[in-house]
Amino acid sequence: MALTKKEMKKTVRDPAILFMIFLFPVVFVFAFGASLGGVGEGQPAYNIGVVNLDQATSVNASQILLAALLDTNILNVQTYVDNQTAQNGLSQGSLQGVMIIPSSFSQSFVSFQAAPNDPNMWTNATITLYLDKGSLIATQAIPPIIQQVLTELADQNQPAIPNPFSLETASLVEVDALSPFDFMVPGMFTFASIFLIMMVAQSFTQDRENGMMKRIRITPTTPAEFMTSQVLSYMVIALVQAVLVFVMVYFMGFRPDVGLPVYGFAFVLVLVFTLSNVGFGLITATIAKSSGAATGLSFLFVLPQLFLGTFVGSSLSSTAQIAGKIVPSYYVTDALTSLLLRGAAITSTTVLLDIAVVSVSCVVILAVGILLYGKYYKI
Amino acid sequence: MTESAIIVENLVKKFEDVTAVAGISLQVKEGELFGLLGPNGAGKTTTINILCSLIKPTSGTAKVGSFDVQKETAKVKELIGVCLQETAIYPYLTGAENVELFGNLHAMTKETLKKRRAMLLEQVGLTDDAKRRTAKYSGGMKRRLSLILALIHDPQIAFLDEPTVGMDPQSRRDVWDFIKKLKKEGKAIILTTHYMEEAEELCDRVGIIDHGKLIALGSPEALISKHKVKNLEEVFINITGRKIREEV
Repeated sequence: MALTKKEMKKTVRDPAILFMIFLFPVVFVFAFGASLGGVGEGQPAYNIGVVNLDQATSVNASQILLAALLDTNILNVQTYVDNQTAQNGLSQGSLQGVMIIPSSFSQSFVSFQAAPNDPNMWTNATITLYLDKGSLIATQAIPPIIQQVLTELADQNQPAIPNPFSLETASLVEVDALSPFDFMVPGMFTFASIFLIMMVAQSFTQDRENGMMKRIRITPTTPAEFMTSQVLSYMVIALVQAVLVFVMVYFMGFRPDVGLPVYGFAFVLVLVFTLSNVGFGLITATIAKSSGAATGLSFLFVLPQLFLGTFVGSSLSSTAQIAGKIVPSYYVTDALTSLLLRGAAITSTTVLLDIAVVSVSCVVILAVGILLYGKYYKI
Repeated sequence: MTESAIIVENLVKKFEDVTAVAGISLQVKEGELFGLLGPNGAGKTTTINILCSLIKPTSGTAKVGSFDVQKETAKVKELIGVCLQETAIYPYLTGAENVELFGNLHAMTKETLKKRRAMLLEQVGLTDDAKRRTAKYSGGMKRRLSLILALIHDPQIAFLDEPTVGMDPQSRRDVWDFIKKLKKEGKAIILTTHYMEEAEELCDRVGIIDHGKLIALGSPEALISKHKVKNLEEVFINITGRKIREEV
């Protein structure tokens, strides 16, 4: 009984154990659940750009189609005046698909209504669909949804019978060139770097515990010099990680059709992202009383970054996608996806926006980490 | 007349409701080996930490090499070498690599560092083990390496905080010889210890601290003579009524 009581006291009084027993499962379940749709609505929503070339006759069939697409509650429809503008949205990741409604769509609809059982009397219409090359989910989920809506549009009572509408996936050849593995690669670069949080937290708390930090503070080395050296060290580690990941994915068949500057830029992005991981590590080291506690506490930052911002996030529910926008890793993965999979230019709006968010947030997190660690550092 | 290397006046340090240092005043002359004695928790290490600019005093002033420890920390750090109570060394580096790192942190030239590293490793008997990772070192070897890290840059003033704690008698004797050599080089040294025989062997003067207060100050011989006892241990008993090791 006395030993049981002792164990209970140890559990309650040791922050590391408290975290591992209570807080870790809570954060883990929330982050994992959120990433897989357990929070908010489970069904993700896809943004579809529509270029409507339909020349309506007595019936405006394209408007009926758009209304039906919206009624699915799975697709958000935005109309565009031309294909080029819509394609820009696709390449920058703001759209998961672009649908071109042909000029003959209403005419085709009317012809079908007039003679539903006589295919010879139909005017055929082909809807062209472009899909996001950076989203495995989009390429698999969107075509069947649109196909189903088209079928129901022809005849809701007899959806199995033929109709004059067909769906052609224009970018299918390019989409098929990417494997499920390819879709996960951008997140892998981010994933590898996130664990630096734990490494930084452990390193700083260990050095504090064994007196190394005190010894270094006795030397003429200034705090700025010390922090700079630490940040540079972890950037080198992150660079080596990124190179290793790149070599591995290259040998496993990842061959995006991008030039050397894009690769170089991707590495720079990962290095900038390292700043936030060092910052989160320092915040953890500030809170943690021991290196053991630091290991546990670091998961507070690792898990959200991991589940909401890396390749696990490709299947995020819409609620989790919104939540993902508070973690820097989301923007790194998004930028890498745009660059490596969608073929977006470095100067494209989405990539520049991602870089801006990553840069600002990472610098702020690092600054907060340094300030907190400096303020609450105890000899 | 010899100038003071360290001047401490009415030094007070409080940690919330605990007073670790309660108004200590003392001076250490250039080339003097000064012993700060007292039981564990007496305030010795806190005093050293203040003199090294690691923590700020609650009140009072302290000057090291004529520099204020609160206002001129960079200058103070250039002058001092500190052998910490903790055997703080990087276990994944070799002995030589640890020394090289701290030599570089003190901006030593490559040539000077190489010569001094070889000399100090020889003096403390670590030359043969210099290329081994320190994780494999014994406790005594780590303490000796810690001493080198404190002195690699040839500081004018050395703070040696319990440098021989946990050492076997032979290693302790070796370190004593090493400290005597430092004194001969003219360095001002503050040595904290709770080994009274160590203080009697090495120190020109000692200050005995208890509960943060300086309760005795003078040469070991003078203190022993004044209290009409055989050694410093008995001086402490005579003043406080307790044995110095009881609280260890």
